Amino acid sequence: MLANIGFGVLVVSFITSLYGIIASIIGVRKNSLAWVESARKAMQITFPLITIVALAIILLLVTGQYQVQYVYNVTSSTMPLYLKITALWGGQSGSLVFWAWLMSAFTTAVTLRKWERDREFLPWVILVGLVTLTFFLSLILFFENPFVRFWVTAAGNQVISMFPPAGAAPLIPADGRGLNPLLRHPGMIIHPPMLYLGFVSFVIPYAFAVAALVTGRTDDRWIRITRRWTLVAWLFLSLGLVLGSRWAYDVLGWGGYWAWDPVENAAFMPWLTGTAFLHSVMIQEKRGLFKRWNMILIILTYALVIFGTFLTRSGVLSSVHSFAQSAIGPMFFGFIALSMIFSVWLLIWRWQILHAEGNMHSLLSREALFLLNNLLFMGILVVVFWGTVFPLISELFTGQKVTVGPAFYERSTGPLFAALLLLMGIAPLSAWGHSTVKTLGKALWKPALAALAVVIAAFAGGIRNGWALFGFLLVSLVIFITLFEYFRGVTARRRRTGEGWLAALFNLMARNRRRYGGYIIHLGVVLMALGIIGIEMFQTETQGTIPPGGSLRLGRYEVTFTRLDIFDANDGRNVARATVLVSKDGRMVGELHPRRDLYFDSMQPMTIPGVRSTIEDDLYVLLVDWQPISSTGVTFKVFHNPLINWLWIGGFVFILGMLVAAWPDKDPQPVPVAVRRGQAIPSRSSGD
Amino acid sequence: MNDSQSTARTSSGSRVKFLIGGLLIVAAVVYLIASSMQASAQYFMTVAELEEKVAEIGDRELRISGAVIGDSIQYDPSTLRLEFVIAHIPGDQKEITAQGGLAAVLHTAVNDPSQPRLKVVYTGVMPDLMRNEAQAIVTGRMGQDGVFYAEELLLKCPTRYEEAVPDQAMDG
Repeated sequence: MLANIGFGVLVVSFITSLYGIIASIIGVRKNSLAWVESARKAMQITFPLITIVALAIILLLVTGQYQVQYVYNVTSSTMPLYLKITALWGGQSGSLVFWAWLMSAFTTAVTLRKWERDREFLPWVILVGLVTLTFFLSLILFFENPFVRFWVTAAGNQVISMFPPAGAAPLIPADGRGLNPLLRHPGMIIHPPMLYLGFVSFVIPYAFAVAALVTGRTDDRWIRITRRWTLVAWLFLSLGLVLGSRWAYDVLGWGGYWAWDPVENAAFMPWLTGTAFLHSVMIQEKRGLFKRWNMILIILTYALVIFGTFLTRSGVLSSVHSFAQSAIGPMFFGFIALSMIFSVWLLIWRWQILHAEGNMHSLLSREALFLLNNLLFMGILVVVFWGTVFPLISELFTGQKVTVGPAFYERSTGPLFAALLLLMGIAPLSAWGHSTVKTLGKALWKPALAALAVVIAAFAGGIRNGWALFGFLLVSLVIFITLFEYFRGVTARRRRTGEGWLAALFNLMARNRRRYGGYIIHLGVVLMALGIIGIEMFQTETQGTIPPGGSLRLGRYEVTFTRLDIFDANDGRNVARATVLVSKDGRMVGELHPRRDLYFDSMQPMTIPGVRSTIEDDLYVLLVDWQPISSTGVTFKVFHNPLINWLWIGGFVFILGMLVAAWPDKDPQPVPVAVRRGQAIPSRSSGD
Repeated sequence: MNDSQSTARTSSGSRVKFLIGGLLIVAAVVYLIASSMQASAQYFMTVAELEEKVAEIGDRELRISGAVIGDSIQYDPSTLRLEFVIAHIPGDQKEITAQGGLAAVLHTAVNDPSQPRLKVVYTGVMPDLMRNEAQAIVTGRMGQDGVFYAEELLLKCPTRYEEAVPDQAMDG
């Protein structure tokens, strides 16, 4: 019954969004406000409709209707309630519904804003939003229907279909197969929604870019409208990536956090173009440059967002993430190809009016450094894209499938990331329009000296790895420059206003949140870089089998095995839990419990590390294997991961900076566009 | 007037500067990709292909996919040495689908002694999914002794995700 309702509403929402597409096209052709309004209403009504669809699935999941194939595949009776609810995005069809639901929520939110000044954008934004939504709804409806059920025909055959074949009776399994144990982790519950939110919100700036191209209103209005959306998209995507790495670190038990897996790359690629976009739109706003480039970036980002969903969902490349194999691959490919062709055609058509309103003169000016930043991000994108699709390309052309491992990505992106770090330090010091080595040097020498002092200290402390020292130099340089910038701003403000330190800091940030939020983000990034340098260059490991009372040494640590408990937990798993004592330099510092869970419904074991975290390092202990009582003992693997926690701390700082930069303004731009543009800074040409 | 002339001149001069700078970066990226490719490309092969080309492979890094034969698994937890034999399965997704899906392909591969086989040695923790009829993807090099020395071991158990119809079903 519930499944039928859900399916019915799904069909209605598909028809509604199709209608909305047609209405907005008619609205544009006839220049009719009534049709556009009708399209807008259609857009807004998809949201409650898809909400009902999602709720129907959640109800089916929670009440354990195992007759429905999706419910059978992703839940079981032993799973706690919150996992049953979040199983909505635990499988293919459910996560597509979830995607579509977020998409309709976001586009609806956009149509609710005031459109007086941007009336001409409205039908096109609705059109792009609805076309994307309709694509996903058609995938759900025709390929990945979450409401299909099991039936037994009169002849005794088992059938899977939406509606029962004639004379068939429902087939109700006693219990479901349960969510893949790997996905039963808090990080995994928040990680997919965050990524999806990021993916979906990038559709909004793309929709406005298309609207700007079609209407020919190619000033920076579309960028100003979507600035916050871009930031929000970027925030969620970043959050999703960080949470994903944390999940990998906690659950996958190989002591790492990032494996350059195709699906990780799929989420990373739109982040790269999105980051480049976020930087280069500032140049368009300030100097009227890079208009074509910004269009290219947002088109690429949109394509990569769809491509990312495709890689995650189609199982085209083997990876730890492809939990599903499916026939929707060609559909995705077709949609990406069509939207790319359409966007590129629009871009070529409008190429001439997207001319820059000025020139770049100085190689060290802020805009030139931003361009360099963009090129580096594109370089990393090319590397990652190449590595991800190379197996497909090589097979297509030579018949021989050649893959590249993490070593490829590390070697080729390492220098590019290092250059980005350096740039992150220098760019905030350079001026718009014109900078010279002399002016830069003047601002740079103090922080550079301080950074050099850090490196010398590290060298004196016994670090001899040249790359690591170079990394520390870059990291400390950026940290000092950023702190120095804050210090300069605060002292200048104090001199001017006579405020206290804290008040001056607060007001300084409030006055220019984008800039100072950006600095906080940079600070977060370098802290993350510190963690990455730590684990990549100084990770050590050991392994061994020890009897009770025996111990393993790793660097300054000693791990002593005391006991092993094996018991059944009440949520359908058997747990083997070891207790080990950890001492550092001979002093007892704590107790860890690495364990192994065996899930009965899937017979899949899961290894959960015991981790001792400090800001200095992690001691990461895995329970590998054990023999029956009284034989040789228990096998452990131990990793020492220096500085790794700075990766997570940096992640927090990063998010904090995003919130500072994206927080809504109290007064939403009261000055009309024309006047604002008249007041543009002098370096801008008088082209308009 | 004078000002705009000088702007024009510097902008054509700076265009060259920017062009050179851009080309340098492109060259750097291409160099990085090419050199890293050489250092870390892994050839993906099936067990049968490996048997065929074993003479010309030499010391190249390979990725081999095959079906784990459960009886062959030997693991010494004190040295962490893991030995097992994999049987040939097709590398092509279409072929696998045509033969009834990955689970069926793995099952036949393990039970058909005429399929080419490969002995693998791996040192490390035995993965959770190491069992009969799992798909193993091993990365490493061929030894002179005809044994494959894996540095990386990935396992997949497809059954759970491909079986569409429940087996413990009850009539309702």
